Amino acid sequence: MPPVTYLDAIRQALVEEMDRDPAVLLMGEDIGVYGGAFKATAGLLERFGWERVIDTPISETAIVGAAVGMSYLGLRPVAEMQFIDFIACTFNQITNFVAKSHYRWGAPVPIVIRGPAGGGVHGSAFHSANPEMYFVHTPGLKVVYPATAYDAKGLLKSAIRDNNPVLFFEHKFLYRRIKEELPEKDYTVPIGQAIVRRPGRDLSIVTYAAMVHASLEAAEQLAREGIEAEVVDLRTLLPLDRETIIESVRRTSKLLVVHEDTRTGGIAGEIAALVTESAFEDLDGPIRRVTSLDTPVPFSPPLEEHFLPNAARIAEAARDLARY
Amino acid sequence: MKSDPAPQELTHEEALELYYYMRLNRSLDELLVRLFRQNKIVGGLYGSLGQEATSVGTAYALAEGDWIAPLIRNVGSLLVHGYKPRDIMTQYMARVTSPTQGKDGTCHFGDLKTHHVVSPISMLGDLIPVMTGVAMAGRYLGQKIVAMTWIGDGGTSTGAFHEGMNFAAVQRAPLVVVLENNQWAYSTPVNRQAPLRDFADRARAYGITSYTVDGNDLVAVLRIAREAVDSARQGHGPVLIEAKNMRMLGHAQHDPAEYVPREMFEYWKARDPLSRYENYLNQHKLWDEKEKAAIHARIERELAADLEFAENSPFPPPELAEEGVYCNGCHIIEAQWRRPKDELMPPKSSVKPEWTIENFGAMETGAAPAADRTQPQGSAVESAIVHATHTDRKRKITAPASRRAR
Ligand SMILES: Cc1ncc(C[n+]2csc(CCOP(=O)(O)OP(=O)(O)O)c2C)c(N)n1
Ligand SMILES: [Mg+2]
Repeated sequence: MPPVTYLDAIRQALVEEMDRDPAVLLMGEDIGVYGGAFKATAGLLERFGWERVIDTPISETAIVGAAVGMSYLGLRPVAEMQFIDFIACTFNQITNFVAKSHYRWGAPVPIVIRGPAGGGVHGSAFHSANPEMYFVHTPGLKVVYPATAYDAKGLLKSAIRDNNPVLFFEHKFLYRRIKEELPEKDYTVPIGQAIVRRPGRDLSIVTYAAMVHASLEAAEQLAREGIEAEVVDLRTLLPLDRETIIESVRRTSKLLVVHEDTRTGGIAGEIAALVTESAFEDLDGPIRRVTSLDTPVPFSPPLEEHFLPNAARIAEAARDLARY
Repeated sequence: MKSDPAPQELTHEEALELYYYMRLNRSLDELLVRLFRQNKIVGGLYGSLGQEATSVGTAYALAEGDWIAPLIRNVGSLLVHGYKPRDIMTQYMARVTSPTQGKDGTCHFGDLKTHHVVSPISMLGDLIPVMTGVAMAGRYLGQKIVAMTWIGDGGTSTGAFHEGMNFAAVQRAPLVVVLENNQWAYSTPVNRQAPLRDFADRARAYGITSYTVDGNDLVAVLRIAREAVDSARQGHGPVLIEAKNMRMLGHAQHDPAEYVPREMFEYWKARDPLSRYENYLNQHKLWDEKEKAAIHARIERELAADLEFAENSPFPPPELAEEGVYCNGCHIIEAQWRRPKDELMPPKSSVKPEWTIENFGAMETGAAPAADRTQPQGSAVESAIVHATHTDRKRKITAPASRRAR
């Protein structure tokens, strides 16, 4: 089997789930005839027809709203946000209708809302955002953000089969830049489980999405300097895999959290609180974080590069922390 | 108010049943106001006084298996759709026996399995896209159902209303939207929502059928609702019904509605929907005093029993607050298929992924038809969407109701 890109892994998950269950259908802007702005759904209209691959008007609220209504009759719609930034247009539908439905009146909402997120492609302020934390702060939702092709496929399948609403963030920088061989057989990756990408004894780098790759690169560099960093890929942000984080910190006694999301209110704050609550005695240094700046995502390449974390900055912070 | 539609429009049984719901709606409302004054209601109380005919008449047009999503004033619709007064009482009293076990209040409840009622959220307009999805899913599953929801004059100003109506229209979803124009949105009169005499005119922008009906004329409301529901069920797309009525109290119990001209209340009081329906029944000799008294006695009995039930119901245990954020294996909703699934699976589902473009957007009518692509080999549904013609079947029924033949 040839290696599969992160983007193709997503398409494979959609095709296989639609083949498995006619209750699965897709809605979104330009996803049918055109195959999606990033071609994530290319060929799916041809295969599954007009009723299962629905090109919608530019109406994020209607897309998510209709997905909710469909799910109430037992369908499993997957709604695409052309860019995840546009999820802001349907914030109310997600945070008020979707997230509270089961709690308020026992009506589950098994929908998936997926779309390309993240920067590094010079998409500027409205096509680069990482708005995951608005939703991580919303009980009732699940939020996943895979870093590898394997996880993208396995997590998307889990998301479609989950009985709760899942927000599925795809890092567009990774779409065509990473590939790997995938199992031929059907597999899933469970929602809510982090994974140790690289073991190490000197410090823990907890991260997710594209920053997993930057952190692994930093860890390589650090290893050459004699510092062994453990890299934990969260994969799911809500519910957070507390055990894996705590266990890693117990092993290394030092924690660096890295995210591409902006600094204030990013998940690093939550993880820092969690670790001081549950593993304070194990810590041998301050909890550090490397994040984007607290600004909108700027456009021009030097500005965006300055805004984003990178392997060098992660390594620098890790070195500091290791020395502490 | 002499609408005089042909009396055979309603069977004797229907006529009495409708009266039962109208009267029950009114009496339940009155009872809730008493409970509010006795401090037995938690939070605000929203009334439906003066709007009973719209709630009852529209919901009554639906068939078994149809779905509704009422707003909090649509107590009558919930009753017609099978909920009991105790459900509404316990909701307002925040008891554990309420449909939401005290998790939410007012008419914010529903049930996917038996009643097919979608709970509203407070954010107005959001139900329109959700019920569009319900309608689309019903069609997808081959169920032949209609979805109905309600929206206030104020709610039509939201973006969600527009997105939902428009999406329903392009999808030709079997959706009936009842636009309840009760003249006020909290303290704001309709003319500050939109400069329209008839809010039904909004339907023109979506290329869908609409009606304006005297919302206080139960029989006219039912007649129009039946026509709309039939049309939606037959696949002619969504229908917007504007029912004109009047919110006869303040926005909620806290609001004395001093901003409403007193004469306006008087005008509408003289057109009270319950009295009008009583007159109708009298006029057409559709009941006698004995039957009327029996309905009143039944309602009194039922309300007393339900009130006792509600008052004896405990509040929920505090720890219940922690439960139910996620669905962990509970309440799994299985799709009820009424069509062969293989129609939706490859190879049968396979289509040529091409648009059908009519007349290339030319301004001259009839331009370039020869150059049109052939229609996609899609499902019947999609060809209906692609080839939807612009039907403007807008009709008006204003007081006094027209004598248009059915
Ligand atoms: C989107 C939104 N904004 C504000 C409110 C607060 N609010 C609740 S009811 C109401 C007035 C609604 O008027 P209308 O839609 O005409 O319904 P009516 O109360 O007349 O039945 C307002 C402003 C709301 N529920 N939703
Ligand atoms: Mg109003």
